[in-house]
Amino acid sequence: MGSNMAEQHPVGFQWVIEAKERGAKVIHVDPRFTRTSAMADRHVQIRAGSDIAFLGGVVNYIFERDAWFREYVQHYTNGPVILKPDFQDTEDASGFFSGWNSEHSAYQIDTWGYNKSTGEATAGKSEQQADVSGEQAHGAHGMKLSAGQPPDIDDSMQDERCILQMVRRHFSRYTPEMVAETCGCSAEEFLEVARALCENSGRERTSAIVYSVGWTQHTTGVQNIRAASIVQMLLGNVGRPGGGILALRGHANIQGSTDIPTLYNILPGYIPMPHPQSHPTLDTFVELNGPDTGAWGNLRPYIVSLLKAWWGDAATEDNDFCFDYLPRINGDHSHYAMMLKMLDGGVKGMLCVGQNPTVGSANSKLIRLALAKLDWLVVRDFQPTESALFWQDSPEHESGEVRASDIQTEVFFLPAAAHTEKDGTYTNTQRLLQWHHKACEPPGDARSDLHWIYHLGKAIRAKLADSEDPRDRPIREVTWDYPVHGPHDEPDAEHVLQEISGRRPDGSFLESYDELLPDGSTTCGSWIHCGIYKDGVNQAARKKPHSEQNWIAHEWGWAWPKDTRMIYNRSSADPEGRPWSERKRYVWWDGDAGRWTGLGDSPDFPPEKEPGYRPSRRAKKMEAIAGDKPYILHPDGRAWLYVPTGLVDGPLPTHYEPQESPFSNPLYAQQQNPTRQVFHRPENPYNPTDGEQGAGVYPFVLSTYRLTEHHTSGAMSRTVPYLAELQPEFFCEVSPQLAAERGLEHGGWATIVTARQAVEARVLVTDRIKPLHVQGRAMHLVGAPYHWGGVGIVTGDSANELLPLALDNNVHISEYKVATCDIRPGRRPRGQARLALVEDYRRRAGVKS
Amino acid sequence: MTDPGPAAEPARSYHGQPVIKEPVWTWEIPCYFFTGGLAGASAGLAYLSERRGNEVLARRAWAAALVGATASPILLISDLGRPARFLNMLRMFKVTSPMSVGSWILAAQGASTGLVALHAWSGRLARPAALARPAAALLGLPLSTYTAALVANTAVPVWHESRGLLPFVFGAGAALSAGAAAVAVTPPRHAAPARRLALLGAACELGAKELMERRLGELGEPYRQGPASTLGHVARACIAAGAAVLATRGASSRAAAVAGGVLLGTGALSARWSVFKAGFGSASDPRYVVGAQRERIAAGQTPGAARTAPRVASPRSELGSPATAS
Amino acid sequence: MKLETIAWPGSYGDQAKPRMGFFTDTSVCIGCKACEVACKEWNQIPMSVQGFTGHSYDNTIDLGANSWRHVAFIEQRKPVDADGDGSLSQVAARASLAEDQGLATYQEGDGIRWLMASDVCKHCTEAACLEVCPTGALFRTEYGTVVVQEDVCNGCGYCVPACPFGVLDQRQDDGRVWKCTLCYDRLKDEKEPACAQACPTNSIQYGELGELREGAEHRLAQLQHAGQREARLYLADDDDGVGGASAFFLLLDEPEVYGLPPDPVDSRRELGSIWAATAAAALALGAGLVAAALGGRR
Ligand SMILES: Nc1nc2c(c(=O)[nH]1)N[C@H]1C(S)=C(S)[C@@H](COP(=O)(O)OP(=O)(O)OC[C@H]3O[C@@H](n4cnc5c(=O)[nH]c(N)nc54)[C@H](O)[C@@H]3O)O[C@H]1N2
Ligand SMILES: Nc1nc2c(c(=O)[nH]1)N[C@H]1C(S)=C(S)[C@@H](COP(=O)(O)OP(=O)(O)OC[C@H]3O[C@@H](n4cnc5c(=O)[nH]c(N)nc54)[C@H](O)[C@@H]3O)O[C@H]1N2
Ligand code: SF4
Ligand code: SF4
Ligand code: SF4
Ligand code: SF4
Ligand code: SF4
Ligand SMILES: [Mo]
Repeated sequence: MGSNMAEQHPVGFQWVIEAKERGAKVIHVDPRFTRTSAMADRHVQIRAGSDIAFLGGVVNYIFERDAWFREYVQHYTNGPVILKPDFQDTEDASGFFSGWNSEHSAYQIDTWGYNKSTGEATAGKSEQQADVSGEQAHGAHGMKLSAGQPPDIDDSMQDERCILQMVRRHFSRYTPEMVAETCGCSAEEFLEVARALCENSGRERTSAIVYSVGWTQHTTGVQNIRAASIVQMLLGNVGRPGGGILALRGHANIQGSTDIPTLYNILPGYIPMPHPQSHPTLDTFVELNGPDTGAWGNLRPYIVSLLKAWWGDAATEDNDFCFDYLPRINGDHSHYAMMLKMLDGGVKGMLCVGQNPTVGSANSKLIRLALAKLDWLVVRDFQPTESALFWQDSPEHESGEVRASDIQTEVFFLPAAAHTEKDGTYTNTQRLLQWHHKACEPPGDARSDLHWIYHLGKAIRAKLADSEDPRDRPIREVTWDYPVHGPHDEPDAEHVLQEISGRRPDGSFLESYDELLPDGSTTCGSWIHCGIYKDGVNQAARKKPHSEQNWIAHEWGWAWPKDTRMIYNRSSADPEGRPWSERKRYVWWDGDAGRWTGLGDSPDFPPEKEPGYRPSRRAKKMEAIAGDKPYILHPDGRAWLYVPTGLVDGPLPTHYEPQESPFSNPLYAQQQNPTRQVFHRPENPYNPTDGEQGAGVYPFVLSTYRLTEHHTSGAMSRTVPYLAELQPEFFCEVSPQLAAERGLEHGGWATIVTARQAVEARVLVTDRIKPLHVQGRAMHLVGAPYHWGGVGIVTGDSANELLPLALDNNVHISEYKVATCDIRPGRRPRGQARLALVEDYRRRAGVKS
Repeated sequence: MTDPGPAAEPARSYHGQPVIKEPVWTWEIPCYFFTGGLAGASAGLAYLSERRGNEVLARRAWAAALVGATASPILLISDLGRPARFLNMLRMFKVTSPMSVGSWILAAQGASTGLVALHAWSGRLARPAALARPAAALLGLPLSTYTAALVANTAVPVWHESRGLLPFVFGAGAALSAGAAAVAVTPPRHAAPARRLALLGAACELGAKELMERRLGELGEPYRQGPASTLGHVARACIAAGAAVLATRGASSRAAAVAGGVLLGTGALSARWSVFKAGFGSASDPRYVVGAQRERIAAGQTPGAARTAPRVASPRSELGSPATAS
Repeated sequence: MKLETIAWPGSYGDQAKPRMGFFTDTSVCIGCKACEVACKEWNQIPMSVQGFTGHSYDNTIDLGANSWRHVAFIEQRKPVDADGDGSLSQVAARASLAEDQGLATYQEGDGIRWLMASDVCKHCTEAACLEVCPTGALFRTEYGTVVVQEDVCNGCGYCVPACPFGVLDQRQDDGRVWKCTLCYDRLKDEKEPACAQACPTNSIQYGELGELREGAEHRLAQLQHAGQREARLYLADDDDGVGGASAFFLLLDEPEVYGLPPDPVDSRRELGSIWAATAAAALALGAGLVAAALGGRR
């Protein structure tokens, strides 16, 4: 669901085909019939943005049929935990959870916790109240629990206020009829999926759910995935072979750039970025961010080893291991927040490395206007992209709104080496790191990003070498001494990997993060990656073919943590440590040997902790995790059906309509996710949504997506001859019915209009897009791949011109997957006339501009 | 440029795309069909007239043969994608390739005709020329008809399916062309054999082509559409008119003879062109390609190239997927 | 099973290699076009931007001088078929349900399927292209495949209409014809052809023809067994019009739906009669000449 795996992950899709050939049933739930649907046993078409209703329906079905996996739920999830009496569900408060602060448009989460738990919810609970953007929800790793035990538990799960009952009630209105009404599929189609999932789960069988950005790119993105987690936990499909929720990640190595992040709010290994007020010292940082129990109970050794890796000898017990040198986070600096600040003149310069935001980001015009406010812009890419050339060519140039001479931004273009031209790792979707060796030298002046960042750092350090200013000390004292080789002094990427993997006091390589110490004697650049260079071997570079080992293929690459190929795999055995079934055995307890064993994967559990182990009342850290609690990253060792802390928009998924929708929320009075981020400003107008005046002016649903033939903004595919020719023109996909209604001609042109912009696309009329029947009306979808822009062998209007900024507030992802629009036959007007057309629509819809 | 969309699409073709490729041959080829036939049949006419002592006609027919034999290779080479490599044609002799066979015939016939001409002008090489005369005449016969084999031996339905008659059409056309050329340049009183040849050729051409198109049935549609049809009409009109002129006034009026000759020549060329164009029409429309084949299958003449019944009793017991089968 | 061709293995003696080929199983093709791209990369084929065609996701259009692999996309409304597999009868049930609720204009109850198939030169056992080539530029390799020697081809164009599959075409700026070589150069290095190597789902299976045929029979049996009644093998037999082919296919509909001829024939099979007719016509012409020249007045 929410993934077009055959098109976007074709190489991985071979395993889906393999599974299908072995008898697996493949179901694709998607607003469109895609190449994935073509290979599936069943395609169910739903309305974009309605997945929580669908999955909520599945949860309801599971309860109705009593299909949930009792033992799994009781022991491995927080289903039995009793909640605070003052917690209020959306069902009781017309779409809001308790704690809603309408003034700040944010939740206060005091009431969301486990009953009688005295400790604070960690990870910025206090900031959450202060900072209405919900900024400090990032990197939340749970709450304080004594001995890893929620204080109030009803193992029979009968208590009205236990989580299981809460979940049951929360979804009780998500009936098949409601699903049909909301999603536009038939109740039968829905039931077929729900039945298939239930029938294929339990002791003997497991089902997996695959998603990608069809789920994330919504104002309810995170909760879409949460809904799937609830289904999988209730059915016992996590931590077991053939189960799980597979997030198919994006750009090659987007997973790696989350683990060792290019994100603004976390440090390597998902350690939260410290906050200026709340985290004055290392102690308070650890106290507030690390629960006492579970694997995060060791936050101190993780961060101390990280600080030692970064500041080496300069980091001592006395100076808090240079904790003060870490940057502090004081607000939302996510991509769009940064762009808006830029638009307001608050950003001087930007390094644009491996991104093409004028095509890839929503509301392209807003992005270009923001870039034009910069003093300088550095673009490192393979060739000048639309973002590098924004100052000389854009729709605003065409319309006469902007002239090149008016733009004062100084743009530097630096040629970058491609992955084939440099050493390094890729981290795949399943946390598997694979080393890639340089195949050839980069051409001309192109250099690797590592080369650039390293030598840039050296240049800055040279400039600051004599500085007395204390604020320069982090830079002067940072360890910045990688060996270099070759004519261009290329830094040694393996050396970086060694630093990430970490060393013991004697300089030898660490085996796993269990060895990390809080006293500064170990170094480790990312605790989850600890051991990737164990035994002095680049574990990620192991490439033993699968034909020469068993199917777990442990000697191919390396997966974090501890080379665990399936995370939380303790749950593949029952509470007593026996496999749930012979068929599905994976990791189990070997009583004679006194350790966890299995088919060959590393147990994601303390190897010698017996199933019957129970923590003492004073137990902390991993000691506090009982022998039957597999989810060791949580303070209670349980998987969370209900999330007491860490999310800004509620502990349970709730169906809200997208920011722009032709329909009203059939379940709640509250139309949209109340915590979503919207920006009401002239550069970012929204189409009116259902119920508002003028909504009918933009009557159709617009959804954007990818094609196999291109990559994201097209900078890497529209510029490559053999890819450019495969999908040479921007097109949209519409149903024959919509084509008839609007007079669109197959193969002809259409103009798509929103309050932001009007773009033109060729028309592909196809039966693969069906109108849906929603709330007694027809819902028409206009599908648009978003790969085109103004530069390259093939060019075209960009779909992102059409979209507004409307974000999920947990992760600030944009709602690329749904907006509303109108569509009309023919090419769009040129120049001024294009603006006039958009303006005319706005006027008719009553959108202020 | 675009098809009407999946819903409206006739189900049994791939987006209306052709199944086979249209030939890449250009205007030179139908001209060559004409000049080859002209050269071939003219040599025969010349040789026989010579034997009968009609020197006036013979000289002119030889000249026509020479013109045809000179123009033919030029046209052929100019049509090649790589004209500089024309000699590769003579790299081998392949009976499976009418083009190869034809190239040798053309080369030999052309050389013979050239020799005859050389002797006629310079008086030299008398002995070889004596052999060359009958050789050119004899080689002229296959030279006139092999071009039909050439096009018939392709996957183009309108050509391939009329393989039995097409050589006769081309043969008749050659006779017609040679007769017409000779009639046009020879004083009527010496031109009686040429007139007879032209009229015989005209009759055969009209008859054979008509028969061929009828026998093709639906497959012959390309002859009734587009340029092939226009050219066909022009050909028939010119041939009929030319023949009429020739039959009535050809023996008496030089002007009529010239007019009739030109009309017949134009007709012969148009007829070749019409055959040529019909081939394109037939190749570009999947209906003809698939239609003929489907008919064969429906008539039980062939099982076709696809089969739904497996030749093994049951699938392999061990389940495996193509994705990982190695 | 007979795999021999006219020139293979006979003319190679002990230099002959096993006959190599492709089994393209379109039932697992995901239409990713990796085969098209890999072929172009490896063989350095010129770019050929054709523009938006509206032929579903196919903008390559067909095989030709600049596309030696071509992935076809066919969108079909699948009529509700009571005999079909389970999910189809469920579709039927839904259809009637939809009608009851007056929704017939929307979910019409029709299933839809999207066929994808990667096409290539068939390397026919009886290859018309090779037979008609006057220069010998087209030849049969030691692997039993059919290859154009680019240094010999003079662009006569004869092979183009001769191929019953419309594979070959002339490159405009270059005058010669081009087609799949079954990666002759890679085969010589004992490498798999580029397209097969790139195919993520193994829709393109490369190997010894005999083994491929055997595997294909099992695959067909498996699909038939699973209720895919429309599954069929194409060009897998010696007794079709081209004597079978090195590249054969598993299709899910009639060949013409994929742009393939249902009964391709190597025109050489009729060549005897063609030559006979040609000779007869030549004789008739001779007779006509004699009649014209000798009959009547001088
Ligand atoms: N060839 C190719 N591969 C790629 C990329 C590429 O550009 N080209 N990009 C890479 C990147 S960066 C990423 S993030 C991934 C993304 O991979 P995917 O997520 O698979 O990519 P999309 O095509 O954006 O969206 C997937 C599907 O979500 C559907 N969808 C839209 N809205 C909804 C909804 O509300 N509910 C449900 N259930 N489905 C919905 C769309 O119809 C679409 O089929 O792909 C990666 N792989
Ligand atoms: N409408 C709409 N918009 C979307 C989405 C959607 O589904 N719909 N999806 C969103 C998603 S998931 C994503 S990931 C974004 C992607 O959006 P962007 O990241 O803005 O787009 P890309 O084209 O992937 O840009 C990557 C750039 O990095 C360059 N590059 C590649 N390798 C290297 C390298 O090693 N070094 C350097 N310096 N540069 C390199 C490439 O040439 C390319 O220009 O788009 C988002 N935008
Ligand atoms: S482009 Fe690369 S990462 Fe994406 S599917 Fe293909 S091989 Fe995998
Ligand atoms: S498919 Fe065509 S080009 Fe290929 S071998 Fe057969 S006849 Fe020749
Ligand atoms: S075009 Fe080239 S390969 Fe084709 S028949 Fe002529 S010489 Fe042979
Ligand atoms: S075998 Fe080689 S030449 Fe033929 S299609 Fe595949 S990659 Fe191209
Ligand atoms: S590479 Fe394989 S799966 Fe992809 S289009 Fe080609 S044959 Fe189909
Ligand atoms: Mo992405």
